[in-house]
Formats: sequence, C-alpha cells, structure tokens
Amino acid sequence: MITIINYGLGNIQAIANIYNRLNIPVVIASTPDELASAEKIILPGVGAFDWAMRLLNESGMRSCLDKLVMVNKVPVLGICVGMQMLARCSDEGKLEGLSWIDAEVKKFDESKFVQKTHLPHMGWNDVMPQRTDCLFRGMEAKPRYYFLHSYYFLPKNDEDVLALTDYNGFFASAVRSENVFGAQFHPEKSHQWGIQLLKNFAEL
Amino acid sequence: MLRPRIIPCLLIKNGGLVKTVQFGDSKYVGDPINAVRIFNEKEVDELIVLDIDASSQQREPDYTLIKNLAAECRMPLCYGGGVKTISQIQKIISLGVEKVAISSAAIETPDLITQAADQVGSQSVVVVLDVKKNGILRRSELFTLNGIKKSGINPVEFARKVEALGAGEVVINAIDHDGVMKGYDINLIKSVRDSISLPMTVLGGAGSLEDIEGLITQFGIIGAAAGSLFVFKGKYRAVLINYPDRAAKDALIEKASNLF
Repeated sequence: MITIINYGLGNIQAIANIYNRLNIPVVIASTPDELASAEKIILPGVGAFDWAMRLLNESGMRSCLDKLVMVNKVPVLGICVGMQMLARCSDEGKLEGLSWIDAEVKKFDESKFVQKTHLPHMGWNDVMPQRTDCLFRGMEAKPRYYFLHSYYFLPKNDEDVLALTDYNGFFASAVRSENVFGAQFHPEKSHQWGIQLLKNFAEL
Repeated sequence: MLRPRIIPCLLIKNGGLVKTVQFGDSKYVGDPINAVRIFNEKEVDELIVLDIDASSQQREPDYTLIKNLAAECRMPLCYGGGVKTISQIQKIISLGVEKVAISSAAIETPDLITQAADQVGSQSVVVVLDVKKNGILRRSELFTLNGIKKSGINPVEFARKVEALGAGEVVINAIDHDGVMKGYDINLIKSVRDSISLPMTVLGGAGSLEDIEGLITQFGIIGAAAGSLFVFKGKYRAVLINYPDRAAKDALIEKASNLF
C-alpha cells in the first residue's frame, strides 16, 4: 500500500491514477489518522520551498510523519519540491527543511553555465543511476524524466547519490539515505519511465 | 542531455476542444480528456491547454476541468486562460498543474508575475505573448483578450520585462500564423530569443514535422508547440490526433541538432 501525503500541493491524483492502473492500493492522507498505518509514503510537491514547508507544517501531519520516517523507518519518496524538502534548508526560502537527509538545496549558478541553456531546467533529461538500486530496477541504461526546477539538491555525503543528471555539470537527480528517497524529476509525469519507478518504489 | 520539447497545444471553448485559424473560425475537434488519453499513449513531451474564452468572457478558470486534466495527464501540463490573480494561480498549481500561463493579466498587472514567482516558484510561471503584425508597417504588437485588443506593446521589450519580473518561461504565440500551417514566424522568434535567456516555447504556424526540425536546428533547446499539426491529418483537415512516436521523435531531434 502507498500513502500519498496531501498537504495541498503536488500532483496527488496523477500519482494515485498510476497506482490504480497498476492495481496497487493507494491511500491519500490528509490527517495523522489517515497517515498512521502508512507502509510507504510519497511526498509530492510543486511550487516554492517555503510555501510547501509552511503547508506541510500546518497540515497537522508533521510530527506523525517525522516519527514514521525517522523512528519507524517507513520508506518515503519525495518528488520535486518534495525531494528538496528532505534537506536541511534551501537557497529558495527561509524555513527549515525536514532534515531527513543531510543536504542543502542550492540554486544553479547561471553565470557558470557552459551549455546554451537557461533556468529553469525545464524538459526531458537523462537520469544516470550511479549504483544498483531497487528504485531503478528493470530500467534501460539512461531513463528519461521530466524536470522543472531552478534549485538542486546537494547531499553532504556522496553515498546518498542514487543518480546524476547533466545540466551544465552533474547534479543529484535522485538520492537515497536508508529509507528516505528523493527524485528531483516528476515520475508521475514521465510516461513509462516514471511508471516503472513508481512501481519499483511500491515493490521495495 | 536536455532535449527540445515537442508540445501539442489544445484550445478549450465551451468545455470542448477546438482549433482556430488566426484566433477565429474555431472548429470543434473533440473532448479534451479523451485527447489527453490519446496523447498519454503517444508519450508527448508536454501539453499546453488554453481556455480561449475565459478571459474575454471574464469568467473564472474551469477548476473542475483543470483538475480532471491534471489527473489524467501522464506528462507535464501548462494551463492558461482566465488567470488574473495570485490566488487563482495557487489554486491551479494545487490542483496538480505544473505550469500556469498568464497573458492578458501579465500586461494589465505585470506585478502578478513577481508575486506568482515568489509564491509558486518562477519555474511554474509562464507568460504567453499573443503577437500580431499590425498597421501599414506590419509591426509586431502584443494583443490581449484572445487577439481582439491591441496593447501597443512591443513583444521583444515585453519579453525582457517579464524575464526581469521573474517569469520562468515565455510562450510566443504568433496570431497571424495560427492554424495556417505554413511554418513558424522565425523572425519573431529570433528577435525574442536573442533578447532573453529564459526557456521559450513557440506556437503558431507549424504545418509539418519538418517545420519543427528546422526550428530545433536553428534554436537548439526550445519548446516547439503546435495545434493543427497534432489534431488534423491531410489537406481536408480531418480530425485525427497524432504525434511522432518515440523513435521518430528521437530521430527528428537527432537530425535537427548535433546534440547527441
């Protein structure tokens, strides 16, 4: 069973639809009660860092989530801003992140761009897994995903990097620290590659 | 490597899907949700959906339709039409749309761009420039309210302004080329591309995949959007939703760019 956190942001229904088609039970949780029995959690996100953190902090689910993830070690997958929220802080905002992974969120430095590209990083790009992990099981060598962001996740420990993507240099497009997973791209908006990744997360 | 995007653009009128010629003469082409399902199967890069009479009828965006579209889309969605306020933008993003497009409101209240970028992040704020050549000198000018109202504003200057205000993407919509299928307005696109460094998507005039190939050859990473090309087939404009499959799309991009 997959539990999607509904704190007012992100493409909850698109994720739920994919799991419905895969015949994987899915629950959309808006309260601590609905969250309590979660086996696997997805933290979606679209929007700015502070807006997302504020909504999650005000959702009433924050302490329950912290306990499930940090104490009970329930697997969690943060998507896009949901991934960035896993870090300690972000250049984009002033609020504290969830700090589930020791990382910061930085803004791409456009003055150092070497390719004729621009911010935001927008569109389909290759994701290159850096180690064997169940999240990318059964995937072709360079799966493609849809990105839409101007800030990137910078983990303190290289071991937390699951996959890299090249956008004027490599950045961590997927991370994992124990039970905490993050994907900078949108698997729910990335056709077959995204469906496979969401299925893999459900089958961990 | 980041890829150029090939983007069908769907127009909504009275809840149905239509296609226009030079912003008029709209022809009913089907049901929007059904079209999204077909585009899912065809693995399109992204979708733009524009509600073309929301602003001119001064009505709210159709949130039920937007929610259903966002839930159905297995690709990113950019919604535009009738968006005037920051609370509308927040609501649309919260329904699961990745990007919100503003057009008339960007001209009337440019501060909205900055407010929106602060609230939802600039990556989700798209400004659509509806451009028409006007007057005896055929100067490019921005139009609002579905191409009816002249603004007197130069598109290049306005593109620079919206970039400074915090927009995340600019969509150039060439009204004179809409539905004509004789090629993009390359001069217009070049003049804007040379002036701003934001991601850009261009719409209006694509009549064949060769037009898209030429666009990518010239501009590299760009969003190549098209309406008629992906909803009509053949010279009699029979309604048939179509889009190059993955192999054809990869081959087109490879041929167009020397990126891969």
